[in-house]
This record gives sequence, structure tokens and C-alpha cells, in this order.
Amino acid sequence: MFSGTEITALFTSMGITHVVSVADSTIGAWHPAIEQSADLRLVRVCREGEAWAVAAGLYFGGATPLVLIQCTGLFESGDSLRNVLHDWKLPIFAVIGYRSYLNQDTLPGDTCLVFTEPLLDAWRIDYRLITAPTQLDEIRTHYLACRDAGKPGAALIAEGKA
Amino acid sequence: MSDARERMPQREAMAALHAARRAEDVIVTSMGAARIWMALGAGPLDLPLVPSSMGTAPSIGLGLALAQPGRRVIVVNGDGAMLMNLGSLVTITAAAPANLTLILVDNGVYEVTGAQPTPGAAAGRSDGASVDFEVVARACGFRSVHHFSNAASWTQNIERVLNEAGPTFVLLDVISVPGTPGPRSPGPAAARAIELRRRLASGTD
Repeated sequence: MFSGTEITALFTSMGITHVVSVADSTIGAWHPAIEQSADLRLVRVCREGEAWAVAAGLYFGGATPLVLIQCTGLFESGDSLRNVLHDWKLPIFAVIGYRSYLNQDTLPGDTCLVFTEPLLDAWRIDYRLITAPTQLDEIRTHYLACRDAGKPGAALIAEGKA
Repeated sequence: MSDARERMPQREAMAALHAARRAEDVIVTSMGAARIWMALGAGPLDLPLVPSSMGTAPSIGLGLALAQPGRRVIVVNGDGAMLMNLGSLVTITAAAPANLTLILVDNGVYEVTGAQPTPGAAAGRSDGASVDFEVVARACGFRSVHHFSNAASWTQNIERVLNEAGPTFVLLDVISVPGTPGPRSPGPAAARAIELRRRLASGTD
């Protein structure tokens, strides 16, 4: 839906300093552009639970991190996310790939469609669903609203394949 | 590897670090290490990770080290917690912050829950051979790796170890103390988070 160049420009315009990420088919295609940006540092982590903790450390240290993961990684993130967002109340923003939202050719009946949004609600993460290229700026608008409110938030990006 | 190695009291190991740390260092501690560190006296830039998500201290330390490249960031983590986030060793060496030291205090047990053996300890494994964290760290890409089993040797070498270009991994064999309580939160986490970020962002020690 979005190119790496578009995403990199978006994150830069949001004032993001570090992108903490595990790749999927969509997100991974953005990594080269993020890595080439002079304004962003890509931090590759081994699992998504790590991503929230690395982002927390970056935030403690005065940086402005963003977590970039797939929804399957959101499922994996549970206790780390709970601690960072709800114990320490850090206003970390995430961009989360929504697997199989646009088509289920690869994984018919993908249960990501069943659990992703209820889980975001359960974790009390204010999110916006992004399903069309015309919504790119909605990510920035939502990020800025969350930042100004001092709370975490997420953009849920519809993906088309596993 | 058998588990008949010499071990030091963890409080002595932590006291040596307490004496060697610089005021501008950031010390991240979790679980039993956090309890001891707070008893020794945590500094204004320190992060006793209470409450925690077990295993995340090295990852939080990595983030701090990347955000604060001009400061030494020292993480003290237990072996049970390390096993919950072994991938963080690879993540750390991939990012390679020169200012990060990860100290692993290995007592072989989950101390605060009643000293049950970890799956990495000889007593918790069917083959009776403990996992060698020094070898694990090297295999994960750490080039600066140290291993100490007695407090005198650790104390003698700590300045040199902390001054090495990192990321640095230090394995300390420590004695388990069954019945040791877990750490208590020193205050509301959100307020401590805001204050730590303010201090680090402003450079105010």
C-alpha cells in the first residue's frame, strides 16, 4: 500500500528518531529506505516483545522511538507491552501490519482477522485502521494526537499477504 | 560443564559495581539485583526495573545505550531472566553500542519464587550439564566477554572491564539465597519514568 520512501518520509515528519522492528513481507520492504534515512535509525530485534522494551529504553533516554511490527508480533508482545505501556505509562506509538486484511489468498481463514482488533482494544491501545493509500496522513494525525495526549497509540496497516 | 564452580555472594558483587560506577552512568537492574541495588543506594540516573516484564532489562538497556551514546549503560540481569530473552544477546550485538555492559548474575535458580532450578542450570537439566553463558555470549557476537567466580577477582578487574569498548558481557557466578524476597517498587513507575527521561534528556545528573 505504501512505499518505503513514503513511510520514511512519514516517520521523519513525525519526529521519530528510531524504528524498532521485526520484518514481515510488507514491513520488510520498508526497511531499506528506513535504513538509508539520515534521520532514522532502524533497530532490528529478534522478537516483538523485545521491541517494546528497546523502545522503552530509547524513550527513557530522550529519543522518540516507534515500534514497527506485524499483528502476529502484537500477539507475542503481551507482557512486555503491558509493562511498558501500562505500568510505566510510556507513550510509545506503533505501526502494526494487519495480516490478511486485504486478501486471504495465502492463508484462508487467517485468525489474525479474528483477534487483532479485539486484542488492541483489550490492551487499551487507541488505533486507527488504515486500509487505503489515501489514508497515509491519517497515521501522522493520529500519532500527533496521541503524542499530545501523552498516551500510546497505533496505526493498523492493512496487508494483503502473509 | 558441571555446576561445582566457585561462586561469590551477589551482594558483594553488586557492592563492587556500586563502588566502581560513575555518577553519570545509568545502571539498570531487575529482580533480585534491583532489590540489592536499591538497598545499596540507587543513583538518580539508575533504573531499578520494578515493576518489570521479566527478561526485558537487557533490551531496555540497549535502548538507553542507543539514546545516550555518551554515557555508560550497565545492566544487571539474572540468569532466569536472561533465558526469557536470549535473543536480546543477538539484538545487542547487532546494534553494537560501545557504551553498553550486560552483567549476568548466574545463581542457577529462580531465587525470588523459591529457588527452583532454571532450565539452564545443571539441576534443571536431564543431562546435568549447565548452560555456559560465556560460550552463549561469544556465539551471539559479543567480543568483550568476561567471567568471574569470586568477588576479589571481580573487584580487582571491574574498572578495566567497565572501561572496555562494548558491548561487553560479564558473567558472575553468584550464590543463591533461598527465601530471598523480590524487590519492592520504590514509587509510582510513571512518575519515575518522566523524571528519568527528563534527567537524561537534559543531561542533568
